[in-house]
Amino acid sequence: MRDFILKQVASIILPFVCIYGFYVILHGAVSPGGSFAGGIIVGLSFIAFSTVYGIEKCRAKLPEKALVWTESFGTLWYGIMGMAGIIKGAPFLANKLAGIDVGVPGKLISGGLISFIGIGVGIRVASTIITLFFTMMEEEL
Amino acid sequence: MNFAAADYWIMTLLLILIVASLAMYFIKDLLHAIIVYGAYSLTMALIWLQMNTPDLAITEAAAGICMTVFMMIVIFRTSRKEE
Amino acid sequence: MKVRNLLILIIAVLAAYGMLLAVAELPPYGMPDNPIHNSVSERYINEALEETGALNMVTSIVLDYRAYDTMFETIVLFTAALAVVITLKTSAREGKG
Repeated sequence: MRDFILKQVASIILPFVCIYGFYVILHGAVSPGGSFAGGIIVGLSFIAFSTVYGIEKCRAKLPEKALVWTESFGTLWYGIMGMAGIIKGAPFLANKLAGIDVGVPGKLISGGLISFIGIGVGIRVASTIITLFFTMMEEEL
Repeated sequence: MNFAAADYWIMTLLLILIVASLAMYFIKDLLHAIIVYGAYSLTMALIWLQMNTPDLAITEAAAGICMTVFMMIVIFRTSRKEE
Repeated sequence: MKVRNLLILIIAVLAAYGMLLAVAELPPYGMPDNPIHNSVSERYINEALEETGALNMVTSIVLDYRAYDTMFETIVLFTAALAVVITLKTSAREGKG
Protein backbone atom coordinates (compact mmCIF):
# COMPACT_ATOMS: atom_id res chain seq x y z
CA MET A 1 0.00 0.00 0.00
CA ARG A 2 2.77 2.43 0.91
CA ASP A 3 4.52 2.46 -2.44
CA PHE A 4 6.85 4.90 -4.17
CA ILE A 5 4.39 6.70 -6.47
CA LEU A 6 1.92 7.35 -3.67
CA LYS A 7 4.65 8.85 -1.48
CA GLN A 8 5.99 11.11 -4.23
CA VAL A 9 2.54 12.38 -5.25
CA ALA A 10 1.58 12.95 -1.62
CA SER A 11 4.76 14.91 -0.94
CA ILE A 12 3.89 17.26 -3.82
CA ILE A 13 0.14 17.66 -3.21
CA LEU A 14 -0.25 17.66 0.57
CA PRO A 15 1.56 20.99 1.34
CA PHE A 16 -0.75 22.74 -1.10
CA VAL A 17 -3.79 21.10 0.51
CA CYS A 18 -2.66 22.40 3.90
CA ILE A 19 -2.05 25.89 2.52
CA TYR A 20 -5.45 25.84 0.81
CA GLY A 21 -7.06 25.01 4.15
CA PHE A 22 -5.42 28.02 5.78
CA TYR A 23 -6.49 30.12 2.79
CA VAL A 24 -10.12 29.09 3.31
CA ILE A 25 -9.87 29.87 7.04
CA LEU A 26 -8.28 33.29 6.56
CA HIS A 27 -10.63 34.32 3.74
CA GLY A 28 -13.72 33.22 5.65
CA ALA A 29 -15.02 36.80 5.85
CA VAL A 30 -14.46 37.54 2.16
CA SER A 31 -15.15 34.44 0.07
CA PRO A 32 -17.26 31.29 0.46
CA GLY A 33 -15.87 28.81 2.89
CA GLY A 34 -15.37 29.60 6.52
CA SER A 35 -13.58 28.32 9.53
CA PHE A 36 -15.28 24.93 9.82
CA ALA A 37 -14.62 23.87 6.23
CA GLY A 38 -11.07 25.25 6.31
CA GLY A 39 -10.29 23.50 9.57
CA ILE A 40 -11.50 20.22 8.15
CA ILE A 41 -9.25 20.67 5.08
CA VAL A 42 -6.20 21.41 7.25
CA GLY A 43 -6.94 18.36 9.38
CA LEU A 44 -7.42 16.18 6.31
CA SER A 45 -3.99 17.09 4.97
CA PHE A 46 -2.39 15.74 8.14
CA ILE A 47 -4.65 12.68 8.12
CA ALA A 48 -3.66 11.89 4.53
CA PHE A 49 0.01 12.38 5.46
CA SER A 50 -0.30 9.89 8.30
CA THR A 51 -2.06 7.32 6.11
CA VAL A 52 0.61 7.54 3.41
CA TYR A 53 3.78 7.85 5.48
CA GLY A 54 2.74 6.01 8.62
CA ILE A 55 1.47 7.40 11.87
CA GLU A 56 4.87 7.66 13.59
CA LYS A 57 6.17 10.26 11.12
CA CYS A 58 3.06 12.37 11.60
CA ARG A 59 3.47 12.01 15.37
CA ALA A 60 7.01 13.35 15.02
CA LYS A 61 5.70 16.41 13.18
CA LEU A 62 2.72 16.96 15.47
CA PRO A 63 3.62 16.10 19.06
CA GLU A 64 0.89 15.12 21.47
CA LYS A 65 1.49 18.24 23.54
CA ALA A 66 0.72 20.59 20.63
CA LEU A 67 -2.51 18.74 19.84
CA VAL A 68 -3.66 18.84 23.47
CA TRP A 69 -2.73 22.50 23.69
CA THR A 70 -4.67 23.62 20.62
CA GLU A 71 -7.52 21.32 21.57
CA SER A 72 -7.90 22.87 24.99
CA PHE A 73 -7.13 26.51 24.29
CA GLY A 74 -9.17 26.89 21.10
CA THR A 75 -12.38 27.45 22.99
CA LEU A 76 -10.62 29.65 25.52
CA TRP A 77 -9.34 31.80 22.63
CA TYR A 78 -12.96 32.30 21.61
CA GLY A 79 -13.80 33.47 25.12
CA ILE A 80 -10.80 35.82 25.30
CA MET A 81 -11.81 37.38 21.98
CA GLY A 82 -15.33 37.81 23.35
CA MET A 83 -13.92 39.61 26.39
CA ALA A 84 -12.84 42.45 24.09
CA GLY A 85 -16.46 43.57 24.07
CA ILE A 86 -16.71 43.59 27.86
CA ILE A 87 -13.50 45.63 28.23
CA LYS A 88 -14.92 48.29 25.90
CA GLY A 89 -18.19 48.35 27.86
CA ALA A 90 -20.38 46.44 25.41
CA PRO A 91 -22.02 42.98 25.61
CA PHE A 92 -20.00 39.77 25.40
CA LEU A 93 -18.82 38.97 21.84
CA ALA A 94 -19.90 42.39 20.55
CA ASN A 95 -18.20 43.38 17.32
CA LYS A 96 -19.07 46.80 15.92
CA LEU A 97 -21.04 47.70 19.03
CA ALA A 98 -17.78 47.63 21.00
CA GLY A 99 -16.16 50.15 18.68
CA ILE A 100 -13.87 47.66 16.92
CA ASP A 101 -12.84 48.84 13.46
CA VAL A 102 -14.56 46.57 10.93
CA GLY A 103 -12.31 47.65 8.08
CA VAL A 104 -13.03 47.90 4.38
CA PRO A 105 -15.31 45.10 3.07
CA GLY A 106 -13.39 42.91 0.65
CA LYS A 107 -9.97 43.32 2.26
CA LEU A 108 -8.33 40.34 3.96
CA ILE A 109 -8.40 41.89 7.43
CA SER A 110 -12.01 42.97 7.61
CA GLY A 111 -14.93 42.18 9.80
CA GLY A 112 -13.26 43.09 13.08
CA LEU A 113 -13.45 40.13 15.44
CA ILE A 114 -14.69 37.72 12.76
CA SER A 115 -11.23 37.00 11.33
CA PHE A 116 -9.65 36.43 14.74
CA ILE A 117 -12.44 34.18 15.99
CA GLY A 118 -12.34 32.29 12.69
CA ILE A 119 -8.65 31.46 13.04
CA GLY A 120 -9.26 30.03 16.52
CA VAL A 121 -12.26 27.95 15.43
CA GLY A 122 -10.43 26.63 12.35
CA ILE A 123 -7.34 25.46 14.23
CA ARG A 124 -9.60 23.92 16.86
CA VAL A 125 -11.61 21.91 14.33
CA ALA A 126 -8.38 20.70 12.70
CA SER A 127 -6.92 19.54 16.01
CA THR A 128 -10.18 17.78 16.93
CA ILE A 129 -10.19 15.78 13.69
CA ILE A 130 -6.51 14.84 14.02
CA THR A 131 -7.00 13.79 17.63
CA LEU A 132 -9.99 11.59 16.74
CA PHE A 133 -8.09 9.98 13.88
CA PHE A 134 -4.94 9.31 15.92
CA THR A 135 -6.95 7.84 18.76
CA MET A 136 -8.79 5.48 16.41
CA MET A 137 -5.62 4.48 14.52
CA GLU A 138 -3.72 3.70 17.70
CA GLU A 139 -6.62 1.65 18.94
CA GLU A 140 -6.08 -0.55 15.90
CA LEU A 141 -2.58 -1.60 16.99
CA MET B 1 -45.43 23.27 -14.89
CA ASN B 2 -42.59 24.46 -17.09
CA PHE B 3 -39.04 23.64 -16.06
CA ALA B 4 -35.77 25.30 -16.97
CA ALA B 5 -32.70 23.31 -17.93
CA ALA B 6 -31.27 23.64 -14.41
CA ASP B 7 -34.36 21.98 -12.95
CA TYR B 8 -33.84 18.83 -15.02
CA TRP B 9 -30.19 18.79 -13.91
CA ILE B 10 -31.26 18.97 -10.25
CA MET B 11 -33.88 16.25 -10.84
CA THR B 12 -31.24 13.95 -12.31
CA LEU B 13 -28.96 14.58 -9.34
CA LEU B 14 -31.81 13.90 -6.90
CA LEU B 15 -32.55 10.63 -8.71
CA ILE B 16 -28.88 9.61 -8.29
CA LEU B 17 -29.19 10.58 -4.61
CA ILE B 18 -32.21 8.31 -4.10
CA VAL B 19 -30.53 5.42 -5.92
CA ALA B 20 -27.32 5.83 -3.90
CA SER B 21 -29.12 5.96 -0.55
CA LEU B 22 -31.16 2.86 -1.43
CA ALA B 23 -28.01 1.08 -2.62
CA MET B 24 -26.31 1.78 0.71
CA TYR B 25 -29.11 -0.18 2.40
CA PHE B 26 -28.98 -3.17 0.05
CA ILE B 27 -25.19 -3.56 -0.34
CA LYS B 28 -23.88 -6.17 2.07
CA ASP B 29 -20.13 -5.45 1.75
CA LEU B 30 -19.27 -2.64 4.16
CA LEU B 31 -16.36 -1.22 2.13
CA HIS B 32 -18.53 -0.94 -0.97
CA ALA B 33 -21.23 0.77 1.08
CA ILE B 34 -18.66 3.33 2.29
CA ILE B 35 -17.63 4.03 -1.31
CA VAL B 36 -21.27 4.50 -2.31
CA TYR B 37 -21.61 6.90 0.62
CA GLY B 38 -18.79 8.94 -0.93
CA ALA B 39 -20.71 9.06 -4.21
CA TYR B 40 -23.82 10.15 -2.30
CA SER B 41 -21.89 13.02 -0.69
CA LEU B 42 -20.43 14.09 -4.04
CA THR B 43 -23.93 14.27 -5.52
CA MET B 44 -25.13 16.22 -2.51
CA ALA B 45 -22.25 18.71 -2.94
CA LEU B 46 -23.20 19.16 -6.61
CA ILE B 47 -26.80 19.84 -5.58
CA TRP B 48 -25.68 22.48 -3.09
CA LEU B 49 -23.57 24.09 -5.80
CA GLN B 50 -26.53 24.03 -8.18
CA MET B 51 -28.67 25.76 -5.54
CA ASN B 52 -26.17 28.66 -5.25
CA THR B 53 -24.78 27.79 -1.81
CA PRO B 54 -21.01 27.33 -2.30
CA ASP B 55 -20.45 27.45 1.48
CA LEU B 56 -22.39 24.26 2.03
CA ALA B 57 -20.82 22.70 -1.06
CA ILE B 58 -17.29 23.21 0.29
CA THR B 59 -18.25 21.91 3.72
CA GLU B 60 -20.03 18.89 2.25
CA ALA B 61 -17.05 18.13 0.00
CA ALA B 62 -14.60 18.35 2.90
CA ALA B 63 -16.62 16.72 5.65
CA GLY B 64 -18.85 14.35 3.73
CA ILE B 65 -16.56 13.03 1.04
CA CYS B 66 -13.17 13.05 2.75
CA MET B 67 -13.55 13.04 6.51
CA THR B 68 -16.49 10.69 6.98
CA VAL B 69 -15.14 8.19 4.45
CA PHE B 70 -11.69 8.29 6.09
CA MET B 71 -13.13 7.74 9.56
CA MET B 72 -15.46 4.97 8.39
CA ILE B 73 -12.61 3.13 6.65
CA VAL B 74 -10.51 3.35 9.81
CA ILE B 75 -13.38 1.93 11.87
CA PHE B 76 -13.98 -0.74 9.21
CA ARG B 77 -10.37 -1.90 9.35
CA THR B 78 -10.40 -1.85 13.16
CA SER B 79 -13.53 -3.95 13.43
CA ARG B 80 -12.27 -6.37 10.78
CA LYS B 81 -9.06 -7.10 12.69
CA GLU B 82 -10.98 -8.00 15.81
CA GLU B 83 -13.06 -10.63 14.02
CA MET C 1 -47.16 -13.17 12.92
CA LYS C 2 -49.33 -12.32 9.92
CA VAL C 3 -51.56 -10.03 12.01
CA ARG C 4 -48.52 -8.27 13.42
CA ASN C 5 -47.09 -7.64 9.96
CA LEU C 6 -50.43 -6.28 8.79
CA LEU C 7 -50.59 -3.96 11.81
CA ILE C 8 -47.07 -2.70 11.12
CA LEU C 9 -48.01 -2.06 7.48
CA ILE C 10 -51.09 -0.08 8.48
CA ILE C 11 -49.12 2.03 10.97
CA ALA C 12 -46.37 2.71 8.41
CA VAL C 13 -48.88 3.76 5.75
CA LEU C 14 -50.65 6.05 8.23
CA ALA C 15 -47.35 7.65 9.24
CA ALA C 16 -46.38 8.18 5.60
CA TYR C 17 -49.82 9.70 4.92
CA GLY C 18 -49.39 12.14 7.81
CA MET C 19 -45.94 13.17 6.61
CA LEU C 20 -47.20 13.69 3.05
CA LEU C 21 -50.04 15.85 4.41
CA ALA C 22 -47.50 17.94 6.32
CA VAL C 23 -45.36 18.35 3.20
CA ALA C 24 -48.40 19.37 1.15
CA GLU C 25 -49.07 22.15 3.67
CA LEU C 26 -45.62 23.70 3.08
CA PRO C 27 -45.43 26.93 1.04
CA PRO C 28 -44.01 26.60 -2.50
CA TYR C 29 -40.23 26.55 -2.80
CA GLY C 30 -38.43 29.83 -3.44
CA MET C 31 -41.43 32.18 -3.48
CA PRO C 32 -40.74 35.71 -2.20
CA ASP C 33 -43.86 35.87 0.02
CA ASN C 34 -43.03 32.78 2.07
CA PRO C 35 -43.25 33.18 5.86
CA ILE C 36 -39.50 32.69 6.30
CA HIS C 37 -38.81 35.97 4.52
CA ASN C 38 -39.70 38.13 7.50
CA SER C 39 -38.07 41.14 9.11
CA VAL C 40 -35.13 39.12 10.52
CA SER C 41 -33.82 37.96 7.15
CA GLU C 42 -34.52 41.40 5.69
CA ARG C 43 -32.36 42.98 8.38
CA TYR C 44 -29.55 40.51 7.69
CA ILE C 45 -29.66 41.02 3.93
CA ASN C 46 -29.77 44.79 4.08
CA GLU C 47 -27.43 45.62 6.95
CA ALA C 48 -25.04 42.71 7.48
CA LEU C 49 -22.38 44.32 5.30
CA GLU C 50 -22.46 47.62 7.21
CA GLU C 51 -22.72 46.10 10.66
CA THR C 52 -20.02 43.47 10.41
CA GLY C 53 -17.84 44.46 7.45
CA ALA C 54 -17.74 40.89 6.12
CA LEU C 55 -18.63 40.24 2.48
CA ASN C 56 -19.62 36.65 3.16
CA MET C 57 -23.02 36.89 4.83
CA VAL C 58 -22.97 33.32 6.11
CA THR C 59 -19.77 33.98 8.04
CA SER C 60 -21.13 37.25 9.38
CA ILE C 61 -24.19 35.43 10.74
CA VAL C 62 -22.29 32.41 12.09
CA LEU C 63 -19.46 34.34 13.77
CA ASP C 64 -21.17 37.62 14.65
CA TYR C 65 -24.95 37.55 15.00
CA ARG C 66 -24.99 33.95 16.22
CA ALA C 67 -21.63 34.00 17.98
CA TYR C 68 -22.92 32.29 21.12
CA ASP C 69 -24.19 29.41 19.00
CA THR C 70 -20.78 28.89 17.41
CA MET C 71 -19.04 29.16 20.78
CA PHE C 72 -21.07 26.33 22.27
CA GLU C 73 -20.66 24.41 19.04
CA THR C 74 -16.91 24.43 19.62
CA ILE C 75 -17.55 23.27 23.20
CA VAL C 76 -19.63 20.39 21.79
CA LEU C 77 -16.69 19.47 19.51
CA PHE C 78 -14.34 19.57 22.50
CA THR C 79 -16.68 17.32 24.51
CA ALA C 80 -16.97 14.83 21.64
CA ALA C 81 -13.18 14.58 21.22
CA LEU C 82 -12.78 14.25 24.98
CA ALA C 83 -15.32 11.43 25.16
CA VAL C 84 -13.66 9.50 22.32
CA VAL C 85 -10.18 9.90 23.82
CA ILE C 86 -11.33 8.86 27.31
CA THR C 87 -13.23 5.81 26.05
CA LEU C 88 -10.66 4.46 23.61
CA LYS C 89 -7.47 5.22 25.58
CA THR C 90 -8.65 3.62 28.82
CA SER C 91 -10.00 0.52 27.06
CA ALA C 92 -6.68 0.07 25.25
CA ARG C 93 -4.76 0.29 28.50
CA GLU C 94 -7.02 -2.28 30.17
CA GLY C 95 -6.69 -4.63 27.19
CA LYS C 96 -2.90 -4.52 27.30
CA GLY C 97 -2.89 -5.16 31.03
